[in-house]
Amino acid sequence: MQFGIFTVSDITQDPTTGRTPTEAERIQATVAIAKHAEEVGLDVFALGEHHNPPFWSSSPTTTLAYIAGQTSTLQLSTATTLITTNDPVKIAEDYAMLQHVSGGRADLMIGRGNTGPVYPWFGKDIRQGLPIAVESYELLHRLWREDVVDWEGKFRTPLQGFTSTPRPLDGVPPFVWHGSIRTPEIAEQAAYYGDGFFANHIFWPASHTQRMIALYRQRFEHHGHGTAAQAIVGLGGQVFMRRNSQDAVRDFRPYFDNAPVYGHGPSLEEFTQQTPLTVGSPQEVIDRTLGFRDYVGDYQRQLFLVDHAGLPLKTVLEQLDLLGEVVGVLRTEFAKNRPAEVPDAPTHASLVAAKYGDEAPRQATPNANRGDNLTVGASPYQDAPAPAGSAFGPAATRAGGAR
Amino acid sequence: MTTKQIVVVSAGLSTPSSTRQLADRLAADSVAALAERGVEAEVRTFELRELAHDITNHLLMGFAPPKLEEALDAVASADGLIAVTPIFTTSYAGLFKSFIDVIDPQALTDLPVLLGATGGTPRHSLAIDYAMRPLFTYLHAVPVTTGVFAATSDWGGADGDGVRSLPDRIFRGAKEFAELVERTDRSQLVSDPFRLDRPMGHLIGGLAGE
Repeated sequence: MQFGIFTVSDITQDPTTGRTPTEAERIQATVAIAKHAEEVGLDVFALGEHHNPPFWSSSPTTTLAYIAGQTSTLQLSTATTLITTNDPVKIAEDYAMLQHVSGGRADLMIGRGNTGPVYPWFGKDIRQGLPIAVESYELLHRLWREDVVDWEGKFRTPLQGFTSTPRPLDGVPPFVWHGSIRTPEIAEQAAYYGDGFFANHIFWPASHTQRMIALYRQRFEHHGHGTAAQAIVGLGGQVFMRRNSQDAVRDFRPYFDNAPVYGHGPSLEEFTQQTPLTVGSPQEVIDRTLGFRDYVGDYQRQLFLVDHAGLPLKTVLEQLDLLGEVVGVLRTEFAKNRPAEVPDAPTHASLVAAKYGDEAPRQATPNANRGDNLTVGASPYQDAPAPAGSAFGPAATRAGGAR
Repeated sequence: MTTKQIVVVSAGLSTPSSTRQLADRLAADSVAALAERGVEAEVRTFELRELAHDITNHLLMGFAPPKLEEALDAVASADGLIAVTPIFTTSYAGLFKSFIDVIDPQALTDLPVLLGATGGTPRHSLAIDYAMRPLFTYLHAVPVTTGVFAATSDWGGADGDGVRSLPDRIFRGAKEFAELVERTDRSQLVSDPFRLDRPMGHLIGGLAGE
């Protein structure tokens, strides 16, 4: 099982000092947080994507590539990559690049985003959010699996004989998680492709998460990717710890009461009761987290939100020290009674092994300069695998193929 | 025959409140009118005053705390709704509207509704028809023709405004409501937000096939 942290990249005033960090400070702090996550033994660092203040992470792959260069084992992911407002072609290129420079330590979590104004900035319509997510992901999925893609849809210009470069590392696309809070269609989408499903799980009652995961597991089996118990599930969580419970509540309360996401709403006590937010001792966090398994089954990835709401870097690093201890216990406890059929979260190594077995993985090598890249059906690569795309794309059914 | 579920929502702010008093009378007459038709009914009453913080939290956070969720589920699965609010500054109470705002927009489809309102003077009585009725019509609920407005003077005598007495109006509204409730069958309409309505074949095919 993988454990890690995720950040939404908010720049929030520290309510105890009245000071708001600069963008530069928060960006450097995030790099420090990611590096420390690896030092304390966490597996995953996931970064959000936003295109409006007070958030800074508009270009996640730039940040993640830098962090990849500063770390050696940390798995780099997103929370989430916006499939609605990003061009799926650019996502295919950016994350294949990240895969290469990180040596296969990259995966990503696809989401639709929740800020209405972002859509028009990128020429999209929020009312079409779900259809865009479905169409764009189908294209992304093909771009990583077919060297030459002919494609036509409603939400971007058509592609004729397009090749997304670089080809995924070792011919294996990055593993994809689909993140959603309460959209059954997204659980279905994850199940359809045999991808992972990540339930944000924070800010929401556990009963919502339980229903969504149950649906995803059932549909995963329906689509023939394995048993329901073998579906790949990730959960969010949010914790604040001190050695003893009272100190945790006292120290976190001003941040909770003023946080843009939930301040001025329910009390800290109500919120911890109704959602997975846990404010207390390391043992309380251990107990609560182990309880997640009771309603979602054995799962693969647990990410915690630890750095938001204006918490200063020093506090976040302290949280990571405690989280390192907590995760040590969680690894042991989650391993107990875990059925043998339940897989680990896919990694690049496991995906390569699953695809190639003992054989050497594909190393894409382009042919000499083609330039045009327009001839339907031929591969621009020397090993020339069968161009599956042209057999199914719109070009296959249209007379001629010229525009 | 199955027992009909009547849910009463009262948005009165004081305790005791004349709004709750009107709600209780509407409920009692409705149960009696149903009984006359040989229909059993169960009544559950929710005071929005007790849910006021939960309603605000739902508006801010997007999910219902357990007590409010219970009320929302009860309304969504009811066979009839009795909705009563005080009239403040020419319209329903803000708390009443906030409660309506956190109800799933599909949850009230075809639901028989008996409207009631209270106010200081009979001059506000049309608020039922220009404010409350359009709200429920928009949600595809079915408010019965008679809405019952109770002004302060109505509680004073049997013949408060010299037209029909309050008990007469309550009786008439309850009778119309009972007729609708008896006939209604909403068992197919109760919506589950986590149900998968569009499997992937439909999602992708729907786009390609337009």
